[in-house]
Amino acid sequence: MSLNIVFSLVLIVLSAVLILIYTLQRKAQLRRGRSQSTFRTIPAMMRLRRAMGLAVENGTRLHVSLGKAAITSPAAPSALVGLTSLERIAQMSSVSDAPPVVTSGDGTLAILSQDTLRASYRIANVPELYDPDRGRLAGATPFAYTSAALVVSHDENVSANVLIGSFGVEAALLSDSEDPKNPFTLAASESLAAQSVFYATAKEPLIGEELFAIPAYLQAGASHYASLKVQDILRWLLILLMLGGAFLNLIGVIR
Amino acid sequence: MRAPFSTAIAIAVGLVVLLGYFLPIDSLRGVLVNWAVTLAGLAALVAILNLVGVHWRKLRTPKHPDLYSLVFLLAFLATFFVVAYLGPSDPQVQTIVTNIQIPVEATLLGIVAIILTLAALRLFSRRQGLMAWVFLVSVVFFLLLGSGILGFGSGLLPAGMVQFFQALPIAGSRGILLGMALGSLTAGLRILMGTDRPYSG
Repeated sequence: MSLNIVFSLVLIVLSAVLILIYTLQRKAQLRRGRSQSTFRTIPAMMRLRRAMGLAVENGTRLHVSLGKAAITSPAAPSALVGLTSLERIAQMSSVSDAPPVVTSGDGTLAILSQDTLRASYRIANVPELYDPDRGRLAGATPFAYTSAALVVSHDENVSANVLIGSFGVEAALLSDSEDPKNPFTLAASESLAAQSVFYATAKEPLIGEELFAIPAYLQAGASHYASLKVQDILRWLLILLMLGGAFLNLIGVIR
Repeated sequence: MRAPFSTAIAIAVGLVVLLGYFLPIDSLRGVLVNWAVTLAGLAALVAILNLVGVHWRKLRTPKHPDLYSLVFLLAFLATFFVVAYLGPSDPQVQTIVTNIQIPVEATLLGIVAIILTLAALRLFSRRQGLMAWVFLVSVVFFLLLGSGILGFGSGLLPAGMVQFFQALPIAGSRGILLGMALGSLTAGLRILMGTDRPYSG
């Protein structure tokens, strides 16, 4: 067994064990009524909650766009984060007269978004709100998807856009905050190109692994809280390993 | 527990595929991945039919029928029947599709370029503070570096310094990508542990 495989196995097992421990710990905290988390403040997430509240008050919709990652592609985790966030957004806006509308650039993702909406409304005890037309495939190519999502954003009484998933530079069309019909846009992607585009164009861009923090900030569950904790631990572990490696290389122990 | 049967299938299949990277069970992993690809293709077909249904209903709205939906439906039907009759690899089909799709996408790409230029110019009215300056200085500096003005042979910067600056964005990207990889790892593990279920069952 090569060193790479051993390291991968150790990383996976360690992460799984830590997620389990922190999930159980968080559940115990919640049972004892201590629901306060110790996360740093992300202003964009606070503004998203405010935009959701305003949408409910104004009778407008949220447009959630899940990107174009196929579920079998390496970019799928960003789409999974998008789906979990969608579940929470749908539950939190279930008191609204105008439920959120979801667009995606991949067939599997479109089906999963419909399924997520159905599950969210069932959990929120408002199954009658579910409308399969609210979760749709916008287009099969990146530009077709972005153009169709732009039309949804303009024509369906949308007051806030939430872009979470895999996007390319063409997402600038969707996230342009100077567009008067586009008052609030929160944008997060796993793609470096999309992140730089969002930084320049979107009102509320999330950079790097902040994407994976969205469900935890929307209080999606104990496992999301645990995941953030584990990511922090693993990040420090990696930093120590890299510094250690650089030091050992410097003194000539390893090459 | 929500949807125990679906959750059990997801966990079992996920574990087999993951173990396939470490144990000699490549054939089983290959079969499961192929099934997933086939299902994804079928899902795309269902999603396209759903999209056609959405536009059909938008067109039949009594108050404000959406005429763009009519354009979509006509284009869809024309493409569907031509491709079904001639086949997707027919040179005529390829010519028609590329002569429509490429000019449209090139136009949109042009609009993206304009939007990005304007967004960069307006960045300071929206985002004030150190990070906006860092962003602007980095963009200008690395554009100049990439253009070759400050590069090797220009004499403006020593070769060692040019190499250092050229490696900087790579280091930054790696830092972000490492964070993304850790996030992806925990997202995948949540699915494998059944605590995150993007399916209702």
